[in-house]
Amino acid sequence: MSVVAPNVAGPGPGMTEDLERLRADFPILRTRIRGKPLVYFDNAATTQKPRSVIDMERRYYEEWNANIHRGVHWLSEKATHEYEHARDTVCAFLNARSRKEIIYTRGTTEAINLVAQSFARPRLRPGDEVLITAMEHHSNIVPWQMVCQLTGARLRVVPITDDGELVAGEFERSLNERTRIAAIVHVSNALGTINPVRHMVAAAHARDVPVLLDGAQAVAHMPVDVQALDCDFYAFSGHKIFGPTGTGVLYGREELLENMPPYQGGGDMIRTVSFENTTYADLPAKFEAGTPNIAGGIGLGAAIDYVQTVGLQRMAAHEHELLRYATARAREVPGLRVIGQAREKAAVLSFLLNDIHPHDVGTILDSEGIAIRTGHHCAMPIMTRYKIPATARASFAFYNTREEVDRLFVALEIARKVFTR
Amino acid sequence: MMDLNDLYREVIVDHNRNPRNFREMADATCTVAGHNPLCGDQLTLYLKLRDGVIDDVSFQGSGCAISVASASLMTEILKGKSQAEAGRLFDKFHALVTDAGDEADPELGKLAVLAGVRQYPSRIKCAVLSWHAMNAALHGDTMASTE
Repeated sequence: MSVVAPNVAGPGPGMTEDLERLRADFPILRTRIRGKPLVYFDNAATTQKPRSVIDMERRYYEEWNANIHRGVHWLSEKATHEYEHARDTVCAFLNARSRKEIIYTRGTTEAINLVAQSFARPRLRPGDEVLITAMEHHSNIVPWQMVCQLTGARLRVVPITDDGELVAGEFERSLNERTRIAAIVHVSNALGTINPVRHMVAAAHARDVPVLLDGAQAVAHMPVDVQALDCDFYAFSGHKIFGPTGTGVLYGREELLENMPPYQGGGDMIRTVSFENTTYADLPAKFEAGTPNIAGGIGLGAAIDYVQTVGLQRMAAHEHELLRYATARAREVPGLRVIGQAREKAAVLSFLLNDIHPHDVGTILDSEGIAIRTGHHCAMPIMTRYKIPATARASFAFYNTREEVDRLFVALEIARKVFTR
Repeated sequence: MMDLNDLYREVIVDHNRNPRNFREMADATCTVAGHNPLCGDQLTLYLKLRDGVIDDVSFQGSGCAISVASASLMTEILKGKSQAEAGRLFDKFHALVTDAGDEADPELGKLAVLAGVRQYPSRIKCAVLSWHAMNAALHGDTMASTE
């Protein structure tokens, strides 16, 4: 692997010095868009992939391609070994107690659907409640709405403030004897808000309410320890942590997973099958029907290895510095309104510029080679909350630079001029 | 390489800021609600047809600069056109924003500035929203979506 060993545990300077070398690990960062060097500020949508991940996927197809968990031949054993080794990597990364608690999925969305259908649905009765927050991504709203519709349960939503924080005490007050599960976003993709999830899990557990955390925006930006958080389920996507698309993980507490019925039926998840009766495989295979994304799973392991080599603390410190700088620059731009100003915030700058539609801002930035996301960010209730149709969103990763932030603000000045001439 | 100024030209910025024929029409003979889910553009198009001729056309709504300017420019060009002529303009405008070839048809006039959206395929839906609404109106429909 061509990554740089972490030579400084602390924030700031170490990362800045290494930045050019780390950026070289990501082939796409050398791309020119419309004749200009790419500035990739759409990391909350998906992150770029380091060479080591790309190489690992290629290696699987070139050297080890075989189906897993069934062959007696060398290739199958090798593929199985690599795939299961990646599971161990994920297990250690999240500090799960056992590899049985690590279920591979297609992504965060599938992980949440699995919990909604397999854990919540059999437990929900008419009048029961599922508790979420007003800053959830659609993937942590719709699966719960679906099970609520099927069971007669009610979806209850914790409101947020104008700054994009949960209204103090509302989560605790919303927990009651009818609450069957709380599903909370760890870090908001549209606002950047970092929720006090450790405290929220403790409050929910005090009322015997299990908690799922949507970690899609968290895992690539801060260390996550599921035992320290004490959550019951934790979901994340591989592609948002420099890994392949179509990969993801559901962490679940073993005793809960043991007592949940399978989510999908098929090969790989069974012990014995007859037309009269089928017995299911042990964890984690019980939840992994069919041939999985083997190359992706192995690639995800490589992505986590990469992240751990660079160091999440260093990455987070650098991103925080970028956010601090960008936020300060944003304050100097007349007519720029930042949406989401939580005190605890990840590196997401969601904004509006005068009355220019965010898509027009996005197109003008695109013409300058700068990729941002514009739209409702799969969080339409948040847009409704702020009475806006959309926002422009720049989201940073550790490989972004201060100079790239400068280019963003030069381009925003162009947009402002175009629309005020 | 088409420069940015080829898309966000003054005429688009102007028509976005001061859209023409931006009003409700109480005596419209056709009213169509248009929606572009990508940008959240929403517009209502009003047409008054008399003897197969577009006697008056106006619109209301909100959206990105491309959709608003395109609608505004469209209302200017449609007034006094026959239904058949409006249908031909629809085809010519569609070709303008999707075909990479050739010069803009002179009949499109100022609408030629919207050729710049070809460089930004995701924005073509914004440019054609009002036109789909017009086409729907001519076919007796009351809703139009870019999806």
